[in-house]
Amino acid sequence: MPEITRDEVAHLATLARIDLDDAELDHLAPQLSVILESVASISGVAGDDVPPTSHAVPLTNVFRDDVVVPGLTPEQALSGAPERSGGRFAVPRILGDEQ
Amino acid sequence: MAADLVAFDDVLATYDPALGLEVHVELNTSTKMFCGCPAVFGGEPNAQVCPTCLGLPGAMPVVNRKAVESAIRIGLALNCSIAEWCRFARKNYFYPDMPKNFQTSQYDEPIAFDGWMDVEVDGGVVRVEIERAHMEEDTGKSLHVGGATGRIHGADYSLVDYNRAGIPLIEIVTRPIQGAGARAPEIARAYVAQLRDLIVALGVSEARMDQGNLRADVNLSLAPKGSDRLGTRTETKNVNSFRSVERAVRYEMQRHAAVLGTGATILQETRHWHEDTGVTTSGREKSDADDYRYFPEPDLVPVAPSREWVDELRGTLPENPTVKRTRLQADWGFTDLEMRDTVGAGAFGLVEATVAEGCPPQAARKWWLTELARRANESGVDIADLGVSPAQVAAVQALVDDGTVNDKLARQVFDGLLAGEGTPEEIVAARGLAIVSDEGALGAAVDAAIAANPDVAQKIRDGKHAAAGALIGAVMKEMRGQADAGRVRELVLERLA
Repeated sequence: MPEITRDEVAHLATLARIDLDDAELDHLAPQLSVILESVASISGVAGDDVPPTSHAVPLTNVFRDDVVVPGLTPEQALSGAPERSGGRFAVPRILGDEQ
Repeated sequence: MAADLVAFDDVLATYDPALGLEVHVELNTSTKMFCGCPAVFGGEPNAQVCPTCLGLPGAMPVVNRKAVESAIRIGLALNCSIAEWCRFARKNYFYPDMPKNFQTSQYDEPIAFDGWMDVEVDGGVVRVEIERAHMEEDTGKSLHVGGATGRIHGADYSLVDYNRAGIPLIEIVTRPIQGAGARAPEIARAYVAQLRDLIVALGVSEARMDQGNLRADVNLSLAPKGSDRLGTRTETKNVNSFRSVERAVRYEMQRHAAVLGTGATILQETRHWHEDTGVTTSGREKSDADDYRYFPEPDLVPVAPSREWVDELRGTLPENPTVKRTRLQADWGFTDLEMRDTVGAGAFGLVEATVAEGCPPQAARKWWLTELARRANESGVDIADLGVSPAQVAAVQALVDDGTVNDKLARQVFDGLLAGEGTPEEIVAARGLAIVSDEGALGAAVDAAIAANPDVAQKIRDGKHAAAGALIGAVMKEMRGQADAGRVRELVLERLA
């Protein structure tokens, strides 16, 4: 029986940068468990001979040639940015660390 | 703050190091990994971007065929198996230099896996096992503004340029290298240097460490001597020269031993290498792979290279580096020791290129391994990044060969080259370095030296020609080195015959 604990939901929320308070966690964690159980019922139908599907269409090797195509101008690229400075996107102070 | 360190020999008395290297190679394709934006450095910020590499909603990536070819060729050159079928995966994390909030990478299905590279270290060969080489994309570039130091943790805000986001990267990961002992730092350096030579020979990247085309992360752990388990590792990033790779391994070995020696444990974390001070500092705690919530990239179909394609690419591989070294050693007439020193100094490719410019092999070896290696060492850079080209070295040697300068004066020509004073010919003219061929001036200097050293002159008259050195030295000094020492010797012996 798949189960997702309240702690796991809290951890996932942190990873996804979703701010959940205790009441929300209490409310959502059991719901996610139910969803997970429902999805897991598929495994009762799929036999070992059915591999998990990641792509709906059976295509491979879709490539493009290494040829430059025009993109956006800096003005277009920055047009949706809430903040900018000197042609760059301005973002809040970074607390974490580069990967 | 500098960490406590244990003396290197004491580390080895107690612990066995295990070493792992992750090298990112930035490919030199014309366009990015998943879109048609130019994959070139520099330029106006955010001028080489499109909806795909900016991660705008609805944009669809398409794989660059040339990048896949380069990945396969790298894999083959590293003796890897090439996947018959593999997928891209999303690596999910938040960082502003990555606009999609995931990096498109490969997870448990790398395009190349289970290879090896034989690395020449100090005359022997160490086989480094390659776990995998996979395809992924580079991130944007952040500029951190404000804060007390301007460093990342003190920054008030950051400015991001996405021109680099999406440039194809190949990440090459070794298996843990165990049993290296005292040679661990040297093996790490030799591996990265040889890998660079291979990448250059394949022509798939500019492969300049100082430009960030080739970036090494150094994984290191210590285990009690004789134990076969692996200790907790740290991953040191930003190691951007061969020399730093060696220093970073040595430093982390000494630091780990100091931490373990106090009974504390090593924190599994990333660390940052500081080129200027030669130390590492703590980065972030390393996330579990689970935290990245990898899943197959739904927007990209699997890559299934046909065996025909792989064989065709195998046919494009350059000469095996080991075979090539053997061949060139014979061509150049180098002894084993000379060859070993050349490879060890990271000068093999430079000597090859210098010889190709018409320089005699021994002269090319001499300049790179003595004069230029010394200068690189003094400046703390890799010899390839010194700023003197193989063509320039060949030109300097040509001036020696035609008698314009001698070896001593040639060194001053290198000074001029490093100072950016122009071509070797221009430097000789501007600095007045050409050898004095005025026989009258030379003769006068010889006569003066004989007059000033009557005892020496008498010895030579008595047949002790070995004593001539003192007079030649005096003449050379008088001529400020700008004379042909062989001609001076002839003149001295003629006069005292």
